[in-house]
Amino acid sequence: MDNRGQHISQQFDAELEKIRNQVLSMGGLVEEQIRNAIRSLTDNDAPLAEEVIKNDVKVNNAEVTIDEECSHIIARRQPAASDLRLVVAVIKTITDLERIGDQAERIARMAIRLSEMERPKNQYSELKTIGNHVASMFHDTLDAFARMDPEAAVEVAKEDLKVDTEYDGIMRQTLTFMMEDPRSITRMLDVMWTARAIERIGDHSKNICEYIIYLVKGKDVRHTSLEKMEKEALR
Amino acid sequence: MNNSNMTHGINYKALGRKRESLSLEKETICIQVKELNLYYGEKQALTNVNLSIPEKRVSAFIGPSGCGKSTLLRCFNRMNDLVDTCRIDGDIIINAQNILDRNVDVAELRRRVGMVFQKPNPFPKSVYENVAYGLRLQGMKNRRSLDEIVEKSLRSAALWDEVKDRLHDNALGLSGGQQQRLVIARAIAIEPEILLLDEPASALDPISTLKIEELINELKNQYTIVIVTHNMQQAARVSDYTAFMYIGELVEFGDTDKIFTNPRKKQTEDYITGRYG
Repeated sequence: MDNRGQHISQQFDAELEKIRNQVLSMGGLVEEQIRNAIRSLTDNDAPLAEEVIKNDVKVNNAEVTIDEECSHIIARRQPAASDLRLVVAVIKTITDLERIGDQAERIARMAIRLSEMERPKNQYSELKTIGNHVASMFHDTLDAFARMDPEAAVEVAKEDLKVDTEYDGIMRQTLTFMMEDPRSITRMLDVMWTARAIERIGDHSKNICEYIIYLVKGKDVRHTSLEKMEKEALR
Repeated sequence: MNNSNMTHGINYKALGRKRESLSLEKETICIQVKELNLYYGEKQALTNVNLSIPEKRVSAFIGPSGCGKSTLLRCFNRMNDLVDTCRIDGDIIINAQNILDRNVDVAELRRRVGMVFQKPNPFPKSVYENVAYGLRLQGMKNRRSLDEIVEKSLRSAALWDEVKDRLHDNALGLSGGQQQRLVIARAIAIEPEILLLDEPASALDPISTLKIEELINELKNQYTIVIVTHNMQQAARVSDYTAFMYIGELVEFGDTDKIFTNPRKKQTEDYITGRYG
């Protein structure tokens, strides 16, 4: 990859480059799914939500295709060192991408349900805020992956804390609404599920950031503190 | 449930246990190489090699052709003495003795440090006599002890079951893989401390290769094993520690898992991933 020189086998180079590109394409597809899902919710656009639900199958297919490609590389090339870490990181990344796709689909389903109910005056602006925040976090994750940039990955991972805080805020707010007006409970539960789905996208993006650090630095930083993560990424 | 760690037959304790990572600092050192320089005539083949090979572990030497890995291996039982133009300085300490000293008994050294080569080289004698050869040379005559050691060595070399009915057939009638295991049996019959393997499987088919690798894994409980191999996957499979050599220098030596997942030096990375230097 880029600064690491070429393999003697150009075919091997091409294969690794291919899975890397496939991950980025799959990421692009997932990003579109997230943005559309959130837009369908905040713009009350049920047809767009249907579109998102329909497109989830594309995300699933991408996961299967890339997984297969990775098994082939392992079987044929027995990758080592950074090549091995790339393949492992790709296999793990696409699992998280697929899950993010599922969350986008879930948001879209909620958007359809919420479109059939009375809408608040603010058009769910709090979901729009956290949704856009997570979408841009995901965008930066893909960026960090494309550039193999562990420092950027740490910065994105830090964002997840803010997302969690926003999510807690929405939880408190919806609880208050429910206590004030029990008739709103059904709708507020859907809002909660939606916020939850958005928040999960942040968690998955953070996972991908961890794989980027593993891939570039060779250190497994899962289940460690942000400080430790930062230390390894900057080393 | 009598074992509190077991539920549904799953041993949860095993999940929590991380593979203990190897560390040279914790090992007992078997062979210590200090500032070794070796020349074939004018040409320098090894440059300032410093290396500590741990006891009862498998250490693999990898590197491109001509990097000096076989030359280094041959130093450990002074096979390079056979090359007239070869000149060595530096120390190789085995058992607190510098084996490069002039007054070292080379025959005795080679008894302690056995060697197996790329091409199997059994003597044109029977299977039995091949294994008993070194023992007879040491003056052992007792038939029963000989029988015992021959059987034990062939068993250790995972060959006994295949040859027990043809012990007195000519060894050259065995297959290549069997011959190679026979040669290993011959090497371990005299109970060396160290076993040097110079590309022991490169002339063998994949199944025989796996048998040799399995054997190496068995033998490391008793012997310190040093293996030179061109097959990187083989080094990754069989060794505990790996040394990467390049143009006569030792580039990196460390835990095999580390070398193959996250090497420290770029040269090592380039070599094991198959890149241009």
